[in-house]
Amino acid sequence: MHGLINRSIERFVRDTYGRDVWIGLTQKLDLGFTEFESMLTYDDELTARLLDELSSSLDKPTADVLEDIGTYLVSHPSCEALRRLLRFSGVNFVDFLHSLDDLPARTQLAVSDLDLPGLELREFATDFFCLTVHSDQVRMPGFGHVVTGLLRAMADDYGALVFLEHKGGRDGREIIDVRLLETAFASGRDFELGVRAG
Amino acid sequence: MSDVNNLHDIGTLLNVICPMHAVVDHTGHIVHAGASTHKLFASGDALGARFLEAFELKRPRAATTMKDLRAMAGVKLHLKLRAAPRTELKGILVPLGKDTTFGPPGGAIINLSFGISVLDAVNDFSLTSADFAATDLAVEMLYLVEAKSAAMEASRKLNLRLQGAKVAAEEQAFTDTLTGLRNRRAMDHVLNRMMETEQDFALMNLDLDYFKAVNDNMGHAAGDYVLQRVAQIMVNETRSEDTIVRTGGDEFVLIFAGLTNRPRVSEIADRLIARLEEPIDFNAQTCRISASIGATLSCDYKMPALEQMMDDADVALYAAKDRGRGQHVLFDASLRGGDRVVAMPGR
Repeated sequence: MHGLINRSIERFVRDTYGRDVWIGLTQKLDLGFTEFESMLTYDDELTARLLDELSSSLDKPTADVLEDIGTYLVSHPSCEALRRLLRFSGVNFVDFLHSLDDLPARTQLAVSDLDLPGLELREFATDFFCLTVHSDQVRMPGFGHVVTGLLRAMADDYGALVFLEHKGGRDGREIIDVRLLETAFASGRDFELGVRAG
Repeated sequence: MSDVNNLHDIGTLLNVICPMHAVVDHTGHIVHAGASTHKLFASGDALGARFLEAFELKRPRAATTMKDLRAMAGVKLHLKLRAAPRTELKGILVPLGKDTTFGPPGGAIINLSFGISVLDAVNDFSLTSADFAATDLAVEMLYLVEAKSAAMEASRKLNLRLQGAKVAAEEQAFTDTLTGLRNRRAMDHVLNRMMETEQDFALMNLDLDYFKAVNDNMGHAAGDYVLQRVAQIMVNETRSEDTIVRTGGDEFVLIFAGLTNRPRVSEIADRLIARLEEPIDFNAQTCRISASIGATLSCDYKMPALEQMMDDADVALYAAKDRGRGQHVLFDASLRGGDRVVAMPGR
């Protein structure tokens, strides 16, 4: 698994639950280190163990933890750089949804060895979309939950009101329903092209 | 009136396809401009301005008249905003015919782009995605710059950490783990560097006397403790720029950078021996040791050679031991002859 993924989980735990919780996790997992390197690669199995341990120590289903991570990645101040990169994809939430197909490719433009699951958007009505997450492609089971959290936070960011539902997974694919209730529900957060974060 | 309507239609079309354009009439004045072009003007309004008064044409060549400008059809123009922040722009011009009904006759349509200056321009002119045509790659370029910067920053941090780990590993590899002094590897490194940079130094070989007795009679724990105390004394009696090496069990080498004064070397040797002879208490027992020292100075050689100097320091050390321990001897050519010995008793 790419270090960036593990590092994101680490930052999520540190920023949300504190340093002690994170150090406790690394000890339980017997990692032998307390910090993941964003630019190194780790065993896939390690990420799975980390998520299992995190879920049991927080007493929360893994799916909920993953969704929280997705939300964290967009809404936490320490992830401002990532939020900005995502905002570059679209001028409004619908535009952003339509750009999701390109997300893995855009990601690889920045970090060439980071493989994200393919995303496929289908539009059933102007306010009803269905997103397929091919999480099996890169052995990231449950990645659809991360996407759900991320979409929820991005909708907030654009000021759109949406209803999101993770419909479960089958054959290594996960389905997310996106219902757009209002495109300009709130004012959303500012995004200026020229203000570079970090 | 048909002219005005016609211009309106063309303007609407250009606004969508290339929002940073200007339509100039036959006198070179801007009669229509895209939303992004307006943003380049402090007043927020480009209309009525003479194109060449607002923009300096740098390449392919300067232009002052509308005729000059129209002559540069279809080639890449390098322009610069005359007003601050003097942004560099790229442009392309299409001249309009004298009798055309498509736009102002004898005028021109000029499309502008920021090129590489887009990074500053988005800040300078508060540009948004809407200021770029949907087909323009500028926003993708801004995305890439930010994404690459973030990735580079992560890589830079990794490099720093790896570098820190490397320094720590080298530090360990150069350190004698028992005493914290340098080891033989470090000594070779330091001496070679001194020879390469032709720095003068004094080289001192120091063997502990009676240390074997401490080890044999009081045990290795006492021996280790004595070695650590010895190391401490040597560190205290030398300067930070000097190098102290433990080369073997009870054998040490001291390298004094820049030292060229024989009496000074003698003084240091005497003081070291005196300090090392002070009794060392360990677990209610008292350990007594001493030291023999042989030294040589690089400045005493016409062409200092490392092997020769180390050999000479050894000869001096054995001379000191021969004289009954607890002494130091500075190397002198006569030591090799065996008659005249330059020696200064340690006590």
